[in-house]
Amino acid sequence: MNHNLNLLLDVAMGLNLVSLACSRLQTLIRVMALQGVILGLMPLVMEHDLDWRFALIALATVFGKGMVIPLLLRRAMRKAHTDRELEPFIGFVPSLLLGAGGTIAALAMVNQLPLLPEHTGSVLVPAALATILTGFILLIGRAKAISQACGYLILENGIYVFGLLLLKAMPILVEAGVLLDITVSVFIISIVVDRIQTVFDSLDTRHLTTLRE
Amino acid sequence: MNTIVDIVLRLACWLLLAPLLPGIINRVKAWVGGRRGPPVLQLYYDLARLWKKSVVMSTLASPAFVVLPAVAWVALLAAAMLMPLGPAGAGLSFRGDVVLMLYLLGLGRFCTAWAAMETGSAFEGMGAVREVSYAVLAEAAMVAAMLSLSVQTHSLTLTTMLSPTVGAGAVLLAAGLFIVLLAENCRVPFDDPNTHLELTMIHEVMVLDHSGPPFAVILHGASMKLLFFAVLLTQAVLPMGKLGVVSSACVLVAGVFVVTVSVGFVESLMARLAFRRVPLQLATAFLLCVFALLVAWKGGVA
Amino acid sequence: MRSILLILMPIVGSVVAALWPSNRTRPALLPIIGILHSLLTLSLFFDPPNVVLEDWLGFDALARAVLPVVSLLYLICSFYGFTYLQVRDERPNRVFVTSMLAVVGMMSAGLQARHLGILWIATEAVTLAAGPMIHFNGNARSIEATWKYLVVGGTGIALSLLGTFCLGYASLHGGGDGNLTFVALMQQGAGLSHSWVFIAWVLLLVGYGTKLGLAPMHTWKPDAYGEAPAIVGAMLAGGVTTVAFTAILRVRAVVGAAGASAIADQCLLAIGLFSMLVAALFLLATRDYKRVLAYSSIEHMGILTVGAALGPAGVAAALFHVWSNSLTKGAMFMSAGNIRRAAGSASMDEVRGMVVRAPYSVAIFVAGMFAVTASPPFGPFFSELRIVRAGFAGGHGTAVAVFLGCLLLAFLGFTRVVFPIVDGRPSKIVKESGKRFVETAGIIIPPLLLLCLSLWLGLFTPTVLQDAWSAAVAQLFPKS
Repeated sequence: MNHNLNLLLDVAMGLNLVSLACSRLQTLIRVMALQGVILGLMPLVMEHDLDWRFALIALATVFGKGMVIPLLLRRAMRKAHTDRELEPFIGFVPSLLLGAGGTIAALAMVNQLPLLPEHTGSVLVPAALATILTGFILLIGRAKAISQACGYLILENGIYVFGLLLLKAMPILVEAGVLLDITVSVFIISIVVDRIQTVFDSLDTRHLTTLRE
Repeated sequence: MNTIVDIVLRLACWLLLAPLLPGIINRVKAWVGGRRGPPVLQLYYDLARLWKKSVVMSTLASPAFVVLPAVAWVALLAAAMLMPLGPAGAGLSFRGDVVLMLYLLGLGRFCTAWAAMETGSAFEGMGAVREVSYAVLAEAAMVAAMLSLSVQTHSLTLTTMLSPTVGAGAVLLAAGLFIVLLAENCRVPFDDPNTHLELTMIHEVMVLDHSGPPFAVILHGASMKLLFFAVLLTQAVLPMGKLGVVSSACVLVAGVFVVTVSVGFVESLMARLAFRRVPLQLATAFLLCVFALLVAWKGGVA
Repeated sequence: MRSILLILMPIVGSVVAALWPSNRTRPALLPIIGILHSLLTLSLFFDPPNVVLEDWLGFDALARAVLPVVSLLYLICSFYGFTYLQVRDERPNRVFVTSMLAVVGMMSAGLQARHLGILWIATEAVTLAAGPMIHFNGNARSIEATWKYLVVGGTGIALSLLGTFCLGYASLHGGGDGNLTFVALMQQGAGLSHSWVFIAWVLLLVGYGTKLGLAPMHTWKPDAYGEAPAIVGAMLAGGVTTVAFTAILRVRAVVGAAGASAIADQCLLAIGLFSMLVAALFLLATRDYKRVLAYSSIEHMGILTVGAALGPAGVAAALFHVWSNSLTKGAMFMSAGNIRRAAGSASMDEVRGMVVRAPYSVAIFVAGMFAVTASPPFGPFFSELRIVRAGFAGGHGTAVAVFLGCLLLAFLGFTRVVFPIVDGRPSKIVKESGKRFVETAGIIIPPLLLLCLSLWLGLFTPTVLQDAWSAAVAQLFPKS
């Protein structure tokens, strides 16, 4: 079981690097959606006996992260008529190397933190850290509003992976709250993205530099 | 006596079979494109024709212009001698030969770049610059790949290193080495061997002013390099150690063939990358090899 | 039951606002809910319900110590907001009113949260609901502010969630059953896994600190406060930050119970003083008087954080400061909003002689400036004095020196901006900008009232409030 989980986590980490390397927004959204689906499968492979709660969380995650959120983002993108990240603040190669370095560092320090016996040997913590780092790199390093939103969602994915450590103990309420909050935030973000597009006629956040000292 | 026969056979194998590979690639491309294409043995005819021609030299060029391609060719051949051939083993094998192999490849590239600069043309210089700036990245990937093999097998000898185990690492390594192969041999998507647009050429630019026998040597060297990498890739990924002599030889030949055909397919189906995307692709190859190294190091835990 | 009603009522009001057809009458919902909410809070304050320890929500001592001021601030803001939206009736206010009421409901939830997860959900809902309000003016500048607010605030959301998970894992690893109520976590105390508690503390401090506007996570604050309508600024600076501050206090109590008080206090002291310093330096540089308020707010959040680092006495003083700062800042934001509309610009390069154009607002603004820079006899003076005394009593001489130095710099920065705006002749642009600005009672009385409350708080700090603060401190530091 643990082996399957690690396999999924490895794929998720691979998708992190793909997201750092791709310049097409469409691809970025697709990668993010795929990662969301993989994240949704994780609760199912974690336990031998399938709890209805886990199934519900899995279903909600696959539906939310894999379908609703990408749909919202894609709609915002289509309105904006841009589909490429042309000049990121942090280039593709540096961000890729940074992400890979972070992933390796996270994997190397897997044994530094005290873990419960049932979690030793799994790469949950390093995968979470690597995904969070990837999210930060996208958030800081990309100029287009949609890419930044994707970065934010990948950051959330990382936290979700971390949350899997608590899956058994955490009441479903909190998980549901998390998902709801994320969906609402994406909803708001996509509205703002839409407004940015209308007012500035571009989704480049470089235009957003009026307010400063 | 046996050693001499072995060496002669080995040399014959490398020298004679190498020009077959570009022929196969061109055949695949023609087939995918729905054309009839040149004969598989086309490169042999070309080499024979070039051999008969005389050498045209720039007034600026020193004799090195003629000598360097030969040096590069010899370096490649020496590297090929270090490369084990399935059941036959390597022509020459000692601890640390993998390092020598990497250096011989580097020497070959250095000589080609130098020879390009001998012409004194800015154009050739540009080609040399492009070649070496990509090579820096490709070499990093290559070194990482060799390291991962070395860590996996606890050895620095090519003969023992090239007996890998099956696993996620092998997949990563295969992908990484295949990209390195494409980059090192100037194939699409890094460079287009058929291009006639001088601004986009890399390798072809460097050899533009060569003619006659030195050019034949360069072309033959290029095909040998392709064979070299195909053999390396096959042996680095497929675990053939437990097979018998005949079957492992067959697997090797089949592997090289598959690699060659895949190069042909990649070339037919992909466009050449924009220059600014090339570093990203090579960085990907590097990372693939690094992660293969990580897998080898952590023993498949990660 | 009443404590749940405190949350549900504004939410219902929010739904009603979303469905209400008339743009003209919709703003009346703000004061209606405000009155109901403060009445309910009053009844809870004087007749506190029994809090079941294991409950996820409850009007406990800490909520009793801070919720009334948020309710009061909202009540006064709502009257100002009603007038403001009547004046600005060219802008659709459906989203604004809906968001405002949702923010009030979620703040009531956040202040009463006794469960780490509920606290997170409430705080984040506040953050998200406040986003559309910043965007009320709908121009390029306000969009920029909203985007920055969402990106930085979203990151804060994410990190505090991660911190929440880490604290949960600390409990699991220490043999707990993953019960995330603060009571259970504090009972587990030293049983919590130490390294995880430390990681959780850092993440939660950064996460909720982002909402609080502590440097270096403060970057959204000047933009958001500068571009949002006055009452949004007032509610963000007086209400939302209070929620984040209570969150930090509650988490700090758990970390303290786990036996890491010393390091937690060091973190708080360092980040608090750093925020004060950054804010003071920016106050010396900015030329926009609404952004000045934002930096002042960052400074005061630094003051609160320093207070929280100084043990029980410091926390009591910090709770006092929550009150005095919220009330004073509210007065400042509203009067600044009036001046902004009278002047047509927020930059000190273009605004002059406002004492002629808007005499009452300017008077409140100047008096508020003295109040907020801790001049006696206003509330902030006394609360900051208590923090200084707690600092000396705790032997933090150097920290207090830095603290006082920052206050001095902030005072200089404030006067540098305020007096050029107030004095002199109105500039040409302002004169030519057309119609005279009328200072109606609806926009003067609310800030004046807040200022008077701040004065009252300073002169006659009621014992019932002092008792409420001590009770909250007793809840946070169970042994002492």
